[in-house]
Amino acid sequence: MLSKRIIPCLDVRDGRTTKGVRFKDNVDIGDPVEMARYYYDQGADELVFYDITASAEGRGIMIEVVRQVARCIFIPFSVGGGLNSLEAMRAVLLAGAEKVSLNSGAVANPDLLRQGAAAFGRQCVVLGMDVLRVGASAAIPSGYEVVTHGGRRRTGLDALRWARQAEALGAGEICLNSIDADGTCEGYELTLTRLIATGVGIPVIASGGAGRPEHLAEVLTTAAADAALVASMTHFGGVTIGQLKGYLHERGVKVRMTW
Amino acid sequence: MIVIVDYEAGNLTSVAAATAAAGFPARISSDPADIATAERLIFPGVGAAASAMHHLRRLGLVEPLRAAVASGKPFLGICLGFQILFEHSDEDGGVDLLGLFRGRVVRFPDGMTEAGQGPLKVPHMGWSRVEFTRSMPLRDGLPADSEFYFVHSYYPEPEPSAVCATAVYGRRFAAGVACGNVIGFQFHPEKSGRPGLQLLRNFCTWTPA
Repeated sequence: MLSKRIIPCLDVRDGRTTKGVRFKDNVDIGDPVEMARYYYDQGADELVFYDITASAEGRGIMIEVVRQVARCIFIPFSVGGGLNSLEAMRAVLLAGAEKVSLNSGAVANPDLLRQGAAAFGRQCVVLGMDVLRVGASAAIPSGYEVVTHGGRRRTGLDALRWARQAEALGAGEICLNSIDADGTCEGYELTLTRLIATGVGIPVIASGGAGRPEHLAEVLTTAAADAALVASMTHFGGVTIGQLKGYLHERGVKVRMTW
Repeated sequence: MIVIVDYEAGNLTSVAAATAAAGFPARISSDPADIATAERLIFPGVGAAASAMHHLRRLGLVEPLRAAVASGKPFLGICLGFQILFEHSDEDGGVDLLGLFRGRVVRFPDGMTEAGQGPLKVPHMGWSRVEFTRSMPLRDGLPADSEFYFVHSYYPEPEPSAVCATAVYGRRFAAGVACGNVIGFQFHPEKSGRPGLQLLRNFCTWTPA
C-alpha cells in the first residue's frame, strides 16, 4: 500500500525562501537549507523547491542550495522554476535533486519532456502546471486553462488535454497548482484536482490553497490526489507536518507515521 | 573502503551523501580495480535494464562484479542494481541480467486495485511499508512499521527462500532478497529518511555469516 505524500513547497529567490499570495507580495521566511532540514525532521515525505529567481546569477546560487540540501536530507526532492533545457535539468539532477519540474519550459517546448524522460528516466520528470479556472469553451473544454509566468500569461491550452499530452511525452508525475486557490488558505481546487488525478495514469500532487488539515483530507480522498503540497500553513508555524499526518491518520488516510 | 559502483545508471550523489550521513563515507567508482579491492560494495541504479547492462559490459564491470560477489564481500544492490542481480527482465522486450539470484523481473500489470483504491498507477512511486520476513542483522534498529521510498514499474520474482522483505502494491512482492553475502532491496534506502540511513549503517557494519 502506498502512503499519501505530504510535500512542503519552498519558493527560493536569490538563495532565500519566500512566500507570496497568488505569486505576489513575497516575504522572506528563511534559509532554504535550514527549512529543508526542519521539514525533514518533521516527517515531510518529499520536498519541492521552486527557483523564482530571474537572474543567471541566481541560478548558480540555486544549484549550490540544491547541493547543500542533498547533503542534509534523505528524502526525495524536486527542483523547478525556469528550467528550459536538458543541460539545465542535468545540472539540477547532478547537484543531487531526485526530480526536475518543468513548467513554462515544457509549454514552450513540449519535446523537453520527452528528452528529459529519455535522458534521465520518466520518474525524474515532473510536469508543473499552473491552472486558471476560465469556464468551458470550445477551445478549453474542461474549463481550466494552463497559464505561465506566475499566472500572468494564458497559453490557450486545455489543462486536461495538456496533462494527457505531457504524460504521453514522458512526464512521470504532475504537480498541479491552482492559481485561483494558491495562497488563499481556503482549500485546494477539488474539482480541478479530481479531473486531472483521475484523467491521467501518473501521480498527481495537488497544490494551492491548503490552509487547514481538513483541506488535505478532502484533496487526498474525494479529489483522488496522490500527494498534497503545503506552504503557508506550515511555513508560518501554524501547524507541523507531524500534526497534519496525525490528523490524516486518525481519519483513515494512509500516511507514513514513522520517520 | 566502501565502493559505490558507477555504471552510468543514474546519479549516485544521493547514495554517497546517505552513506556519509550514516557514518560511512564511500567512494564512487567505475574502476574494476576499486571493485576488486573494496571491502564492501553498493550497487545502485535507476533507469532501464537494457541500457544498464550495456554500460556494465562497455565498462568491463560484469566479471569484476561476479568476482566480488564470489569473494564473499558484503554486496548491496539497490533498485535497478537489485533487479540486475536476477537472471532475466521482461523490460525492453527482454534482457538477460547477471544471474546472481534466480528468478526473473516482471512488470506490475495495469489496472491493479487495492482495498478502496484503484486503478493503481504504475510506476509504484512513493512510500510503502516493508515487512522483513526473517530475522537478520540488517534490520537492527528499524521500527516495525518503517516505510521506504520506492520508484519502480518492475519487480523480481525470486525463489521464495531467498526473499527477506516484502511490500504490497496491488500484490505482495519481494522488496528484498538476501543470500549469503549478497543482499538487494527494491526501495531506495538513501531516500528513505532515518530508517533508510539505519539500514545503510547496518549494511556498512554487517559481517555475512
